[in-house]
Amino acid sequence: MKETGIFRNTLLGLSFILFVGALYLIFVYVPTEEGMGIVQRIFYFHVPVAWIAFLAFFIVFLGSIMYLWKRESKWDVIASSSAEVGVIFTTLVLITGSIWAKPIWGAWWTWDARLTTALILWLIYIAYLLVRSYATHEQQAARFAAIVGIVGFVDVPIVALAITLWRTQHPSPVIFQGGLAPPMLLTLLVCLAAFTTLYSLLLIQRASIKNAEGEVGKLKELCS
Amino acid sequence: MENAGYLLAAFTIIWAVVFGYMLLLFNRQRSLRREINSLRDALKEKEPNSR
Repeated sequence: MKETGIFRNTLLGLSFILFVGALYLIFVYVPTEEGMGIVQRIFYFHVPVAWIAFLAFFIVFLGSIMYLWKRESKWDVIASSSAEVGVIFTTLVLITGSIWAKPIWGAWWTWDARLTTALILWLIYIAYLLVRSYATHEQQAARFAAIVGIVGFVDVPIVALAITLWRTQHPSPVIFQGGLAPPMLLTLLVCLAAFTTLYSLLLIQRASIKNAEGEVGKLKELCS
Repeated sequence: MENAGYLLAAFTIIWAVVFGYMLLLFNRQRSLRREINSLRDALKEKEPNSR
């Protein structure tokens, strides 16, 4: 318990340092992109937030498989905690993408393949959370949610590959094609590290709350 | 500085959502810890009576 607290505080400190560094790089260090101007700086948070959403749903996928295989509640705790954090990050991807799209495309939203598949991804994991809350028994909730978590993950590679599979308005994957200047790449990597530590912190925090809720339930049974 | 408002809006929303969620989690954990402690105390008080 004490070790978890130390680890959590370390993550909190590391996350704070990385975010201070990331903000310095975004607003002071990195040059303004010529085509889009200052609004392109949204990219340094938009892309890491999207990557973290994918990571969160990958953890849901793994946790769900492990739960159905081992039937140990710890895997369900990890999967459901990660799903909640993933939904938050996907919401941020959709909002920041929309804000970025308005000055560049002239519209808040377009039914483009990348945007539509990302919206479907968000809806799938909203359904995951709803399945949990509507199921009558805890084990039934975990089982149903695990199935949604495994099947729903199919959409993640579709979202990732949408810009190469279909003609879309969304920019092509410049990062993997070496199209980013070194200062831009450095800024992006620092932002990615900052969001990864933040995700780890939120996942640990959410999972410990679920464990504490379980303990409250057990203690209430003993007291009654 | 054209479109600076959009940049500001995007960053404000990200920080507001992240801090809001963190605050929610820390508050929930604090109240659960309090509930666990009071239930443990209640259980301790109950135990000698049951013997």
